[in-house]
Amino acid sequence: MQPMSTPVLASGNIPFAVQMHDIVKRFPGGVVANDGITLDVRQGEIHALLGENGAGKSTLMNILFGIHAADRGNIFVNGRQTAFRGPREAVDAGLGMVHQHFMLIPRFTVTENVILGSEGDAVVLDREDASRRVRELAHQYKLDVDPDAKLGDLPVGTQQRVEILRALYQGSRVLILDEPTALLTPQEVEDLYGVLNRLKEDGGTIIFITHKLREIAAISDRVTVIRRGTTVGTRNTAETTPAELAELMVGREVNFKVDKTAGSPGETVLTGENLVVNGHHGHKHLDIDHIELHRGEILGVCGVEGNGQSWLVEVLSGIRNPDGGTVMLRGKDVTGANPNTFRDHGLSYIPEDRHNRGLVLDFPLWENVLLGNAWHEPFTSGGRINRAATRQITTGIMQEFDVRAPGPDVTARTLSGGNQQKLIIARELYRDPDVLLAIQPTRGLDVGAIEFVHRQIINARDKGKAVLVLSFDLDEVLDLSDRLVVLYGGRIVGNFRAGEISRTELGLLMGGRAIHE
Amino acid sequence: MSSALPPNRGTVALNVLGPILAVLAALLVGAVIMLFSGQDPIAAYRALLNGAFNGRRAIAETLIYTAPLLLGGLAFAVAYRASLFNIGIEGQLVIGGLAAGLVGASDLGLPTALHLPLALVAAALAGGVWGAIPGALRAFTGAHEVITTIMLNYLAYRLINFTIQSLGDWLPVDSMFQATERVLPSARLPTVLEGTRLHAGIVIAVVCAIALWYLLFRMSFGFKVRTVGLSRGAANYSGISWRGIFVLAMAISGLLAGLAGAGEALGLHGRHYAVPPGYGFTAIAVGLVGRNHPIAIIPAALLFGVLNAGALAMQDEAGVSSEIVLVLQGLVILAVAAFAAANRIPGLRRLATPRLST
Repeated sequence: MQPMSTPVLASGNIPFAVQMHDIVKRFPGGVVANDGITLDVRQGEIHALLGENGAGKSTLMNILFGIHAADRGNIFVNGRQTAFRGPREAVDAGLGMVHQHFMLIPRFTVTENVILGSEGDAVVLDREDASRRVRELAHQYKLDVDPDAKLGDLPVGTQQRVEILRALYQGSRVLILDEPTALLTPQEVEDLYGVLNRLKEDGGTIIFITHKLREIAAISDRVTVIRRGTTVGTRNTAETTPAELAELMVGREVNFKVDKTAGSPGETVLTGENLVVNGHHGHKHLDIDHIELHRGEILGVCGVEGNGQSWLVEVLSGIRNPDGGTVMLRGKDVTGANPNTFRDHGLSYIPEDRHNRGLVLDFPLWENVLLGNAWHEPFTSGGRINRAATRQITTGIMQEFDVRAPGPDVTARTLSGGNQQKLIIARELYRDPDVLLAIQPTRGLDVGAIEFVHRQIINARDKGKAVLVLSFDLDEVLDLSDRLVVLYGGRIVGNFRAGEISRTELGLLMGGRAIHE
Repeated sequence: MSSALPPNRGTVALNVLGPILAVLAALLVGAVIMLFSGQDPIAAYRALLNGAFNGRRAIAETLIYTAPLLLGGLAFAVAYRASLFNIGIEGQLVIGGLAAGLVGASDLGLPTALHLPLALVAAALAGGVWGAIPGALRAFTGAHEVITTIMLNYLAYRLINFTIQSLGDWLPVDSMFQATERVLPSARLPTVLEGTRLHAGIVIAVVCAIALWYLLFRMSFGFKVRTVGLSRGAANYSGISWRGIFVLAMAISGLLAGLAGAGEALGLHGRHYAVPPGYGFTAIAVGLVGRNHPIAIIPAALLFGVLNAGALAMQDEAGVSSEIVLVLQGLVILAVAAFAAANRIPGLRRLATPRLST
């Protein structure tokens, strides 16, 4: 049995909704995910849980929700000590969780999804009654959603509302949201903030997991920062600054404002004209009249995921042959050529998927450096791999780009995400390209690694390379780009210089609406 | 931050010691089975080793079994490295054997220096084409190679039967013997151990093992094969045509299998018999026990060669049914697979990893 300890009342006698004291969780293999985390969440507040990827945020919440059992520590919900043995018990105690990847069934209607798990024991389901109750609940919290719509037909932001609705339907008074803004447009984020504030006014408590500093200021009352499995501090949001939070999160001072001078665009090195990729039934995945990249300039591509980004990248990198149009690299028509021809003409490409594209995880680092280079001196000669030379190059670029690994012979799998990404960037820049495609270059990386990657991208621009940055993180695109294009439905619906357009206007375009609607 | 990395030496030791321990475990379980069926395992294993190693003839017989298993194991490995599962080694082997037998039995008026290589090349080409077909089907239509190679095995058997039964007017075949005509001396593989039946097939097999290792791990072509095998996404990204690699890897696989068939036709029997020998299936086990590494497949093939060669002696000397060898082969495959699987599960890794005092 765990020793009992008494819950403490918060200052001003506001009771705590959730208290987690000295939580320790070790996973098999010796990974310590939580190493004495303490979290106190008051009733009726929006409490942000801030930390880098792998800091232990999700593990902590999974412990609270009964998915994992803590090795040590005490948990109180509304002042009563608990140790849930599963999500069912957590839900019964008034907790609700909105996962990053929704736990919903696309083929079910909204109502069916909402009542899933609390449909009762009745043999025949009273759909009309259920539908009416869902409608009432949605109305009460101004969660605009049609109870009879099929879930798979709804946009992501609405699907998330269904998750929230389900938690409310189950009687949750404490709502845990795990990185809820990851897949939303700026407008959908605003809507979500509105919903959360209404829940708060109604006396609900919200735990908001994030690694984005901007969101802390926008939505939370208090914030607890965790780093490497321990709590490093709790602050009132009004009394802290992003700089302080970033330092707490990373453990050192962070220059998170991307610092760059104005670009000096030069000649055009890559041009795409009338690029078309056909889909089914006359639908076009991609339909772009004109796109061009200039030396010394970063072109940012923004848009909500699934609006033609991957097709654009595949066409511009030579992986896919477009159904129409031409791609010109340094004045040569390379349409339909092999990706290696694109490389030979000075293109480098940081792919969006480190694990399935950018690396072969079971290859040693030096063989990963061979990817895309296996036809060129000094890596190979006469069909033979120059192992010594490749190892030496690998060791060199590992030093230059601060890839932390014991040596070039360990497999890529053993590296952290940040170090894997650094290795890819090092490999792609080693060829001294004219064009760099950087696709979601910081996805899943922690703040320190993001800073490094951004620095490298700007350095490449300053050396006169033409850079394309595609990211679903609008802030990242805005921070890095000299010029912006917005993709919607496979088309370019906006083309701006940096600073010419506000976040709100961009958000409208990304959502498929004209600015002056 | 610091993920514990096993030193390179440890990894090598694990890869070498793991299968050896697995084989010992299999022999131990085999011994228990023999005990339960009232037989003496020590006598049985002694007889097995005697049959495989005692004297020139025994060693020769062991190596005669080893040669086609080694080539077949290599054939399996090269396809496997490209993520393809070649179940058609048997078919490619017999097609290669038929080609070698037909060319070898044809009186072309050539000296050995030309006739023998010609027969070998014919076998390699025939096996290679027979392998490339399922490779191309997989690459361009998506038809799974496990299905198509099995189908092509049966096609190969029927094709050989048809050739031998019905084409006697045009080709050197002998429908009485259910075989090709005798291979001419100018196309026979030379004997390498005097006074035994041991032919140069074993030399070809070992040379092929080293060549395949070099191709896979030292040439950029092999790098492409391994990239396709581990990550089709990374292959696309780096401009490697996985379709082309599928076809070529299966062609090389079939080529090696074809050479195994040639060894039997030009070396051991001196003609190609219509009855399929079954080596093509044991070869899958050889490849797996050798972890699909061309050099490691050499001892793996030798192990299966010993089991095959010693089986009869075991029956004669110790009175243990030669069928127990099949049980042992099955146990070896199970044990090696179990060790490999255990290695992937973190909690079991320590059990499966041999402790080294260094």
